[in-house]
Amino acid sequence: MISSQSFGESGKMKEYHYSGPVEQRFSPYSFNGGTVLAVAGEDFAIVASDTRLSEGYSIHSRDSPKCYKLTDTTVIGCSGFHGDCLTLTKIIDARLKTYKHSNNKTMTSGAIAAMLSTILYGRRFFPYYVYNIIGGLDEHGKGAVYSFDPVGSYQRDTYKAGGSASAMLQPLLDNQIGFKNMEGVEHVPLTQDKAVQLVKDVFISAAERDVYTGDALRICIITKEGIKEQTIPLRKD
Amino acid sequence: MVICFFCGRSLFPSNQSATIRRPFPLAHGTTTLGFIFQDGVIAAADTRASAGGLVASPTVNKITPIHSHLVATSSGSGADCMLWERLLTRELRLYQLRNRRRLSICGTAKLLSFMLHPFKGTDVCVALTLCGWDKGAGSTDCARRSQDSSSLMEDSSSVAVSSQGDTNSGPKLIYVCSNGARLQGDVLSVGSGSPYAYGILDSGLRGSLSKDEAFSLAREAVFRATHRDAYSGNNVDLFHITEQGWKRREREELKDEYYRDMKRKAMIVEERKRLTGFKVPT
Repeated sequence: MISSQSFGESGKMKEYHYSGPVEQRFSPYSFNGGTVLAVAGEDFAIVASDTRLSEGYSIHSRDSPKCYKLTDTTVIGCSGFHGDCLTLTKIIDARLKTYKHSNNKTMTSGAIAAMLSTILYGRRFFPYYVYNIIGGLDEHGKGAVYSFDPVGSYQRDTYKAGGSASAMLQPLLDNQIGFKNMEGVEHVPLTQDKAVQLVKDVFISAAERDVYTGDALRICIITKEGIKEQTIPLRKD
Repeated sequence: MVICFFCGRSLFPSNQSATIRRPFPLAHGTTTLGFIFQDGVIAAADTRASAGGLVASPTVNKITPIHSHLVATSSGSGADCMLWERLLTRELRLYQLRNRRRLSICGTAKLLSFMLHPFKGTDVCVALTLCGWDKGAGSTDCARRSQDSSSLMEDSSSVAVSSQGDTNSGPKLIYVCSNGARLQGDVLSVGSGSPYAYGILDSGLRGSLSKDEAFSLAREAVFRATHRDAYSGNNVDLFHITEQGWKRREREELKDEYYRDMKRKAMIVEERKRLTGFKVPT
């Protein structure tokens, strides 16, 4: 593992000049980059993520997608510290199995979201450094997106971007999907094909401007028929 | 491996001497307010959740109903408020099932304060304003307990409660925070935008306000606070609590309020120009 001295806490390199003696501390966190995005439609949901795993100036892997399938109708996207992402998804899988065995039914998206909130808050004083977004279909078959902060605060949205390029993507989504900040525009409901095309365009833009996003894009489209996956190449530089 | 199922039971404050620095900011910053008037309690809040300099969400619900006659406005850290409201709702429901009556608002505030006490000194940041209506003469437990001389709990707010005395039913507004404060009042505002809200509330509040006047006062207070405070903004949520329970008003975009205000200001300038016979110099 690269020495944690030269990296600030967000994973970005610190400046190189002598500013006096500095206490060195081991930080249990590290920032592995990546962007996740979820969009909810009338009867579908899309969860997309890039597949780059980075740390500081290096790329560890070009094929590490951040979407994890939980049930036939729910996919979670986790970005942030990869170690915590892996452990968190393992814990969620275990809890899903426990629920299935004791209640004889699969957890709904809303139930998974509420459960994840309590799991994250259980580590309030040593949080999972993960930005989660759950995308799936609710009990009525409508698309649902739930976005979380690292300690468990969550709410249901129509669309949300999380991860390193989230601040760049969220305003674009507000404008294109939410029709915000525009006057006199017809609010056309989002079709599945238009949504997929928009997600691709949005990630291409993110890869241009964010160094931690790129390599490839993994899109998971959730409908009542099941989950379909697509992989599209992005900039590799 | 023991999985933490019940957040409330197994959550202990960490006793490590060296705390781990968090590499991310949490959701914070807000304007919430509540006041009592002749027709009940009004609770209002903005809808912005900010994490550092970023608006984490422009559409957060800061006013949560706890039961049919109690809502809580939250301020501080989003996740903390969300989870603590959930725990409070659970405890109140259990009390209701076990004792066949509802806990009074004073009792609820005390319960919440005691639940938060073990976390004093940690960075849990919860500041809730409980706005509600106490029903029935049976809920005199606040007054009775304050007279109990063997009670170990000495607090200044018990004085306030016993002065209420027999009028223990009716509208109630109590502020509870994770530092241990528990304050009852008629007008309370919490958050980074609260100084601006207090300005509007203190100047506009009268005993004889009608329901619509009260709503527009609350809306104005939140609007002015969002105008001046960077960490408040977006929309305003308004709740009205009466003896029949809480009623929620449609969420209102403050952008519309801003345009109405601009129009009002333009009309005032026009009027002034007309009255002083102002002529454009040629």
